[in-house]
Amino acid sequence: MSDPVSALKNATYVADIAEIKEVGPVGMITLRGDLASKPVQKACMTAAGLKIPQQRHCFTQDGNSIAWMSPDEVLIICAYDDVAAMLGKLNNALKGSHALAANVSDARAVFDVSGPSAREVMAKLAPVDLDPSQFTAGMFRRTRIAQVPAAFWMPQEDMFRVICFRSVAQYVFDVLGVAAQPGSEVGVFRR
Amino acid sequence: MLIVSCPNCGITAEETEFHAHGEAHITRHTVGSSDDQMETYLFMRKNPKGVHFERWRHQNGCGKWFHMARDTMTLEVFGTYSAQTYNPPKDLLAEIDAKRPGWRDVS
Ligand SMILES: [Zn+2]
Repeated sequence: MSDPVSALKNATYVADIAEIKEVGPVGMITLRGDLASKPVQKACMTAAGLKIPQQRHCFTQDGNSIAWMSPDEVLIICAYDDVAAMLGKLNNALKGSHALAANVSDARAVFDVSGPSAREVMAKLAPVDLDPSQFTAGMFRRTRIAQVPAAFWMPQEDMFRVICFRSVAQYVFDVLGVAAQPGSEVGVFRR
Repeated sequence: MLIVSCPNCGITAEETEFHAHGEAHITRHTVGSSDDQMETYLFMRKNPKGVHFERWRHQNGCGKWFHMARDTMTLEVFGTYSAQTYNPPKDLLAEIDAKRPGWRDVS
């Protein structure tokens, strides 16, 4: 069997204000359906051990995460090798329900942006209020990064995990790198 | 720049996260319509300076559609509301009546 390859082969950019790292391959399953319905909630629990997150939040347990994408969509994030089994369990649990689960792992790229100025790097590129009082660990945000759609959340303070389409992985990596250039810190979030 | 609140996901952000998709609450004539109806749908718009009702989509966000009432002259956003409706909500219309008396005469 061929080996999975992430979009940028784990390219890394290290600057003293932030570090950009392509991580992956990462397992990702899109699940669409009525998030308030029993079958969808039960499927997430049985397949991934996850409950449906609050609106615009990402919930993590035992290495698996589930992110609120829209009123009828969640994204399950897991180990790349676990996707096939998890998808099987999801589809099994969703039999007869009006819902769809699909493996989107290879359609996306994932980056970690970390370091003392990680918030600033993100704030330069996304039209989101990233003040520490407004955007906190556990929140999930779909938005744009410069000119392309993206989503991110903070697994912990001073660290962002960014998801974008695989086709724009190089663009997102480059633009994050520009925003993290040495000497480009603004200090707007300094406490 | 417009500051827009999406009624589907609760995000408030500036307009570049969203995309406008034209006038709302019009009949989109299609297959089987007369030439006159098609012309009305495609070209005959009042386009008043002031109060507009539009369809918008949270393009770089939750991806959902919604409606927005705004003033094209002052860029004030009066409000956003569900895409699943044929008419603006009554309380929003009352608010616009209070802020822009006479707007109904020109639109
Ligand atoms: Zn939205």
